[in-house]
Amino acid sequence: MGSGNRKKFDNPIVEWVDSRLPVFTLMNKEYGVFPTPKNFNYLWNFGAIAMVMLITMIITGITLAMHYVPHVDHAFDSVERIMRDVNYGWMIRYLHANGASFFFIAVYIHIFRGMYYGSYKQPRELLWMLGVVIFLLLMATAFIGYVLPWGQMSFWGATVITNLFSAIPFVGDSIVTLLWGGFSVDNPTLNRFFALHYLLPFVIFAVVFLHVWALHVAGSNNPLGIEPKGEQDTLPFNPYYTMKDTFGVLVFLIVYVAFAFFMPNDLGHPDNYIPADPLVTPAHIVPEWYFLPFYAILRAVTFDIGIPFTDITIITAKLGGVLAMFGSIALLFVLPFLDKHPVRSAVFRPWFRIALFALVIATFLLGMAGGKPAEGIWLYVSQFCSVYYFGFFLAIIPFLNKYEPVEKLPPSINDAVLDKNIKANAYFYAGKVK
Amino acid sequence: MKKILLFTLLGLVAVTPAYAAGDAPVPPHQDWSFNGYNGTFDKGSLQRGYQVYKQVCSACHGMKRISFRNLAALGYSEEEVKALAAEYTVMDGPNDEGEMFERPARPSDAFPSPYPNDETARYANNGALPPDLSLIVKARPHGADYIYGLLTGYEEHHGEEELPAGQYWNKYMAGHKIAMAPPLSDDMVPYEDETVTTTEQYSKDVTSFLAWAAEPELEERKRIGVKVILFLIAFAGVMLAVKRKIWASMH
Repeated sequence: MGSGNRKKFDNPIVEWVDSRLPVFTLMNKEYGVFPTPKNFNYLWNFGAIAMVMLITMIITGITLAMHYVPHVDHAFDSVERIMRDVNYGWMIRYLHANGASFFFIAVYIHIFRGMYYGSYKQPRELLWMLGVVIFLLLMATAFIGYVLPWGQMSFWGATVITNLFSAIPFVGDSIVTLLWGGFSVDNPTLNRFFALHYLLPFVIFAVVFLHVWALHVAGSNNPLGIEPKGEQDTLPFNPYYTMKDTFGVLVFLIVYVAFAFFMPNDLGHPDNYIPADPLVTPAHIVPEWYFLPFYAILRAVTFDIGIPFTDITIITAKLGGVLAMFGSIALLFVLPFLDKHPVRSAVFRPWFRIALFALVIATFLLGMAGGKPAEGIWLYVSQFCSVYYFGFFLAIIPFLNKYEPVEKLPPSINDAVLDKNIKANAYFYAGKVK
Repeated sequence: MKKILLFTLLGLVAVTPAYAAGDAPVPPHQDWSFNGYNGTFDKGSLQRGYQVYKQVCSACHGMKRISFRNLAALGYSEEEVKALAAEYTVMDGPNDEGEMFERPARPSDAFPSPYPNDETARYANNGALPPDLSLIVKARPHGADYIYGLLTGYEEHHGEEELPAGQYWNKYMAGHKIAMAPPLSDDMVPYEDETVTTTEQYSKDVTSFLAWAAEPELEERKRIGVKVILFLIAFAGVMLAVKRKIWASMH
């Protein structure tokens, strides 16, 4: 953050400010001339897209908070008042509700890109781990936010998910009571969830700052996964990537607003337009779509784990499910330390590539299974895919560490960009540099 | 470009099966005037639907999130809205003497509900609670298609077990058992225009009316949405050209 050897600005006002607080020098260093690999493809847009979504969510969210009433008797009505009587309230709310979904779409693609090109590997381990922290915070914020409209799915989703913590031995029930602020999901729960839903986005913002800071220390990874060796491999961030990111953001926004304006409720659940009723349980309680893979992992554990040939249960099915669900994210967190293969990018790791695409398919299947009742074929699908999910991290990656051949990498980004053969062979390699 | 769209679409595949609809069949898709990217409400149909709601549904179902002033969106003038509101009586007060009193409704009043509370409603309806209809189209899978299907889906009892007293067989109700007696029949509401007075037509009109009640912003939303998308496409086009021009010099 220090200015180091500061270059003078021509504009006297800018110079006056910058000599006292070098914000202009900082911006120029980090976003102006910042050396960026010149072979990014469009998957590298999703960091900027996620940032735009975070800002969109904060702006629409604060506006909604001006009209929302966090009380069990008024929450649902106040949301309907926003929809019907507040000027353009429907637009703000639909942008916020669909914004959550599109934030997750951006983040999931961003995570996939990091995994595919090995962006989590040395020296970017902490950058990746901060990203997983952001993802966890995002999930917490989204879950809490879905409770606020106080519809049927809000209420019953909150009941089911907060109840999970009761599976923790000894302290579980106390934690649940603390979350609820009482002995069931009720007004104190809604009040604290509202407070937390207002707080957490700013915590996310702070961790995003650390995430970007760490990124600007190590520099960006790139589709080849080899470090830039000099100026011939990089471009200044502005204008090359500012303009490319703006284009990517706009394309993403087109799809997002198409949902917000033309299919605003397709990603939600109709039951959430029924006011919460503690006496009526919905036929199927399902979380928002972006949680379905994790919900499927949670429900895939249908058996107690104990000492064989005795009646002693060590881990109940419920605790097993909770451990599996949080474990699935914990594995993402420690991924940099599991994957020790020297090659970063899946472009040069054909075995890893297949395993990763299988993981993507397993996650989609988990998502589909999570939306269905946990019975019959879908239970087996979720169990099979959960085993693959854990197997990917705990068996396949260690296996690949040892046995996947180390391919010869191109000498530099610049050489690779000029070499048509590499481009032709490279999956997902679409650097647009001629 | 293509990849971004592909990933986005893939991301949405997991979304669609998020809810199961019990054992009821999917109601057939109807050709609503408010479908599509530029759909609008048919005001004539909304007015007839309001008439059906007023004369039939409102006996048991409230619509508490709608105010009489909202009826202007159906094409009624200010005077007509005042007259429509005045047909209802609402409880107001307390007055200067501390008494509650009844007065004719004003445009600013919400529709009065038929029962003072849910308990009264259940007691009067064999234990079943007639839901408030303000949001019913958004609160059911398949929305307007489902409401239309339900209103026209009464059939002779198909099941093996006897239906309990006060239950009716409906093709599109989850579980097929519904506590609402068939509410509509041919010629029960006289229309002022030439429109046919069949159960299907009543169902169509009242469903349109309920769709409007659930999403009164629909027309404006779609109108603004088209402009927003056109703007973003143009902006994205400009940015694509800018990006290409900048990157073209990178030889």
